Amino acid sequence: MADTTDTPGLGVQGGTLAELRDRFRRSAEYVVIPILALIVSGVLFSVFLLALGKSPADFFSLVWRGGFGTSFSWQNTLVRSAPLIFTALCVAIPARLGLVIIGGEGALVLGGFAAASVAIPMVGWAPSFLMLGVMALAAIVAGGVWIGAVGALRHYRGVNETIASLLMFYIAVSILNFFVEGALRDPSDPNKPSTKPIGAENMIGAIPGTDVHWGLVVGVVLCVLLFVLMNRTTFGFAAQIAGGNLRAAQAQGLPVGKLMVVSCAIAGACAGLAGFFEVAAIHGKANASLIAGYGFTGILVSFLARHNPLVIVPVAIFLGGLAASGGLVQRRMDLPDATVLVLQGLLFIVILVSETFYGRLPFFKPKGDR
Amino acid sequence: MTGDPGLMTVLLAMFAGAIRVSTPFLFVSLGEMLTEKSGRINLGLEGTLVFGAMSAYAISYHTGSPWLGVLVAGICGSAFGALHGYLCKLPKVNDIAIGISLMLFGTGLAFFFGKAYIQPSAPRLPSISFGGWSDHPGIRQALEINPLFLLGIALAIFLWWGLKNTRYGLIVRTTGDSAPAALALGINVNRVRLLATMAGGFFAGIGGSFLSLYYPGSWTEGLSSGQGLMAVALVIFARWHPIHCFWAALLFGAAGALGPALQSIGISRGYHFFNAAPYILTLFIMIVSTSPRRSLKGAPGELSITK
Repeated sequence: MADTTDTPGLGVQGGTLAELRDRFRRSAEYVVIPILALIVSGVLFSVFLLALGKSPADFFSLVWRGGFGTSFSWQNTLVRSAPLIFTALCVAIPARLGLVIIGGEGALVLGGFAAASVAIPMVGWAPSFLMLGVMALAAIVAGGVWIGAVGALRHYRGVNETIASLLMFYIAVSILNFFVEGALRDPSDPNKPSTKPIGAENMIGAIPGTDVHWGLVVGVVLCVLLFVLMNRTTFGFAAQIAGGNLRAAQAQGLPVGKLMVVSCAIAGACAGLAGFFEVAAIHGKANASLIAGYGFTGILVSFLARHNPLVIVPVAIFLGGLAASGGLVQRRMDLPDATVLVLQGLLFIVILVSETFYGRLPFFKPKGDR
Repeated sequence: MTGDPGLMTVLLAMFAGAIRVSTPFLFVSLGEMLTEKSGRINLGLEGTLVFGAMSAYAISYHTGSPWLGVLVAGICGSAFGALHGYLCKLPKVNDIAIGISLMLFGTGLAFFFGKAYIQPSAPRLPSISFGGWSDHPGIRQALEINPLFLLGIALAIFLWWGLKNTRYGLIVRTTGDSAPAALALGINVNRVRLLATMAGGFFAGIGGSFLSLYYPGSWTEGLSSGQGLMAVALVIFARWHPIHCFWAALLFGAAGALGPALQSIGISRGYHFFNAAPYILTLFIMIVSTSPRRSLKGAPGELSITK
């Protein structure tokens, strides 16, 4: 792209149709390869189903019906996509710096717990908007500090961020259990240990005309904002350089440590927000239901989107639909609920392997380079 | 009994726990250590462990032979290792990311096929009594030792000796320290790493079979609580030394036994935090034992995790 120095008007006029086509081919790579990867994993999964004597056609039509077929299933899908968008951002932002964070679930759990805890003393007197604002802030701080600490440990102590973030997920779960089954347990709820509910009148409502809560809209806006941050600002540029070559970034005098900690804190804040919306829009209180695996599916979403915040939205909807159809598939085809996990794992592997084809397929190369 | 009986009980329970809980840690960390010595990291051992647990239980249930289950778990583990080793040799494919994907895939497959085995009970592994000399029931119980534990110790010693003294050990270490040097010696780097990852997967599978066939001794979906990943941290702590892996596994086992031990004498306050002890310990150990400035002693030079 560096060679297109002439003015845009001239470039088009200059009749370099071939140039346009080359550019198109180069970007087509980023569309064609993921689609091929999806098809390949679909085929592999069909083989898996056939080996078990199940019909792949049934499976895919049920996934379609359960995830995208009706307006009801669309709403179910979108409700599940919202937390996935946030947790995928928790992977995508540090990934720009070359960090692999897999503990987003921990930040989600703590974010949800923090949101529910700060709400307890406010129930009854505080107006909803104030309460929700404080809850969201608490979730952002809790998640941001949690994953930000992972970034700090990585930079200042050389602790591997992948393992540290996962260990901190287990620690986050035990913090949640400790309080929810102890000091903050709601005595009036005999069934499942939970914090006191925030009150139905304070819950976040649905987007008018749907059953989908506002978290989805916030998630999409956040994706756009973070896309701008990571691709159109000096911060994002510096992060990209540090991700490409850490030593070179340090030699350039970039504040690598600060970049790492801030990126991780932003990432954790995103996952914390996921927890906030789960509490404020779905459960109304914090309990073990927060540990629903959204953080782990978010890893897959981010890798499928190749850590691009804008692509995260459609991918999250796709995987949300897959999760939403799980129940239907389970009932109709007599398959265990882990079927979706198998498909997700397969998809993950194939997507990672497809990385190897970028820049190596002759079709996508400009004519001269072939 | 002299002294404080409560304290004695806790210490004894932790000692027994160290022996009982450490075995899966030991096998997974030895497997991870061998893989990392060849220059790759396999984060997928968590999935391998869970799948190993499921397959061992299923085989033991169907054939009535738990030892066959252990073997099959190992074979399944090396199949996962082969997949990891094969995929990672492709250019631009990241071994850490592949590990995470295999973790999800292995766990998913184990849950998928394991649904049918949650209810039935399968024959379990026998244990050997070493406590006949004592008439204290606690000590007797603590010294009911599973043969796999002894096998793990033997394996640690064998790996230590083998890596240090044999030709194969030298090949693995060279591959892990410098792929170009290994290449110059005519070593097929990818094949060495493939075999090392397969062997590592085999050990991790055996570690999983211990979980389902001995302690806790049944197949459930929450059977492994991150042991496969903690083993990765454990290997760093053990500085890639097989014998140190054994001591580290004992330490982790004792930490894991802390929560249940305290609960057994009636201390249930903060129970959740004591249950989190292994994770906190792992994190703490990683913080104090790594450094951003110098490379770690014994670390394979090719390893992406320490670069």
